[in-house]
Amino acid sequence: MYGYIIRRLLLAVPVLIGVSILVFAIIRFIPGDPARAIAGVHASESYIEQVRSELLLDEPLHVQYFVYAANLLQGDMGRSTFTRRPVTVELYERFPNTLLLTVTAMGIATVIGMSAGIVSATKRYSLFDNFSMLAALVGVAAPVFWLGLMFQLLFAVNLGWLPSGGMGTWQHLVLPALTLGLATTALIARITRSSMLDVLRQDYITTARSKGLVERVVTYKHALKNALIPVITVMGMQFGILLGGAVLTETVFSWPGVGRLMVDSILARDYPVVQGAVLVLAVFFVTINLVVDIIYAFLDPRITYGTQEVK
Amino acid sequence: MNKKNDIVSQLQTPKSDTEIRQVWRHLRCNRMAMIGLAILTLFISCAIFAPLLTPYDPTKIELANAMQNPSAENLLGTDWQGRDVFTRILHGGRISLAIGFISVSIGLVVGVPVGSLSGYFGGKFDLFIQRLIDIMIAFPGILLAIVVVTVLGVGVERVMIAVGIASIPIYTRLVRGSVLSVKEEGFVAAAKSLGIKDSRIIVRHILPNCLGPIIVQSTFQVATAILWAAGLGFLGLGAQPPDPEWGLMLSRGREYMRAAHYLTTYPGLAILLMVLGFNLLGDGLRDALDPRSRKYR
Repeated sequence: MYGYIIRRLLLAVPVLIGVSILVFAIIRFIPGDPARAIAGVHASESYIEQVRSELLLDEPLHVQYFVYAANLLQGDMGRSTFTRRPVTVELYERFPNTLLLTVTAMGIATVIGMSAGIVSATKRYSLFDNFSMLAALVGVAAPVFWLGLMFQLLFAVNLGWLPSGGMGTWQHLVLPALTLGLATTALIARITRSSMLDVLRQDYITTARSKGLVERVVTYKHALKNALIPVITVMGMQFGILLGGAVLTETVFSWPGVGRLMVDSILARDYPVVQGAVLVLAVFFVTINLVVDIIYAFLDPRITYGTQEVK
Repeated sequence: MNKKNDIVSQLQTPKSDTEIRQVWRHLRCNRMAMIGLAILTLFISCAIFAPLLTPYDPTKIELANAMQNPSAENLLGTDWQGRDVFTRILHGGRISLAIGFISVSIGLVVGVPVGSLSGYFGGKFDLFIQRLIDIMIAFPGILLAIVVVTVLGVGVERVMIAVGIASIPIYTRLVRGSVLSVKEEGFVAAAKSLGIKDSRIIVRHILPNCLGPIIVQSTFQVATAILWAAGLGFLGLGAQPPDPEWGLMLSRGREYMRAAHYLTTYPGLAILLMVLGFNLLGDGLRDALDPRSRKYR
């Protein structure tokens, strides 16, 4: 078990290095002078020169990368060309908001999705099953930004129940979290249903039933535990999709998170902030995957026999 | 050489047009898949015949006709520049379908060869490719496309490239996995013992057996590409005005949401329906191509 966890942790190191190289490369790939891109469109020639010498832009690429990586490890991601504030500070202010939004969305999706999936599986082909699976199909297909706008139109503009954007009270969180979580809810519902159906057909469930156990115990104590494994894998992957969706949701609801900061910075050509935001989102996703893999190892003992692959 | 291939072909599971017919038979019995196919047929015909279906120009500004509510003349109303929303949605279908198919082709053209070489030969090359893919998928979903757009700049063609690049890791992983499992089959060993070249084994004997998952994934991937492209358009990082791209229409229509909700409602519904069509067809194809999942229906 611990061997697996250490292996898994070590595997994340080259990925993180690769991510930092890619993020470093963003500015170097942009046609034109990287110093000008980093300093900003309206920067003076002397400031551009200052940036060029600070980042050793006249040196070979690998030297530049090592400077970038060394700065990164000290928490220095440069300064915003727009506000001139350190990128780290900008991200530090925004990241908790993105975390709050995605975790709430995942929470909503897990509770609603799993409940719907379990009920659908146990009452297969019932009205509830048909309806929730249809809703799940639509939920996966609906573009998250459109859904957000429709929720705004209905709950904020027409009914006036909830604020249409911004951040402050818990009411501000409801619409963005629901919007962001809907596609994941749908997916979790579908996976839970098919995984439950799969498990419910197995011999040990028949044994449990023939022992005379109540159906409720069979479902929740015997079946659910094994049915959860694929659900957790999907949840890990969904976190990535949620982070991508957060970029869109934050834009719709003026939610002051990293995603919105990233989009605003791309449009304003504030490249140091773009780099920082992309890096933070990617590192967050890698961390989530790491955690999911470790949870997975605890849930499924087959993984721990030395190798990575499920036997 | 041909004789050798014939012998190996006989050892493989038969992949003739009878199998295509079998798949079609299963697909035809699947109501949801048929609904998906019907939606897609409708959208594709509308996209092809868009100029014949409406008398309006999707980009021509006619301010005198601005912000008309839906009526017999303008089925879904007109926008703030007097352009017919229905016409723009029909033409937008062309853009979305083009982005979907072209970006998936980019993903296939790079992902299939890299994935199959990686799976077939294994070793250091495979390890290297795997780490590279790990890095790419560390940028989840639309984020990789956003990173590429940041570098390439905005516009429909660049979105195609960006979304295409973002789908490469998906195909590479999928094909690598399929090749790994097919590689162990008896007919591959037979082909090898007959001295058939590796390149020929991959192209003639392994890849045809991986076609099922590739087709299914591509169907879903077109849907994802359409969603991502619309998302980029919505963020201002994709298609640019006056393109009648659905995501862009939505983000522009947003400013008029209180007065004219149809400017945001219908382009969004168009995206939803098209994505739903591809997803339903993909679900159906997966069931039809994989005998094990047939019993779940």
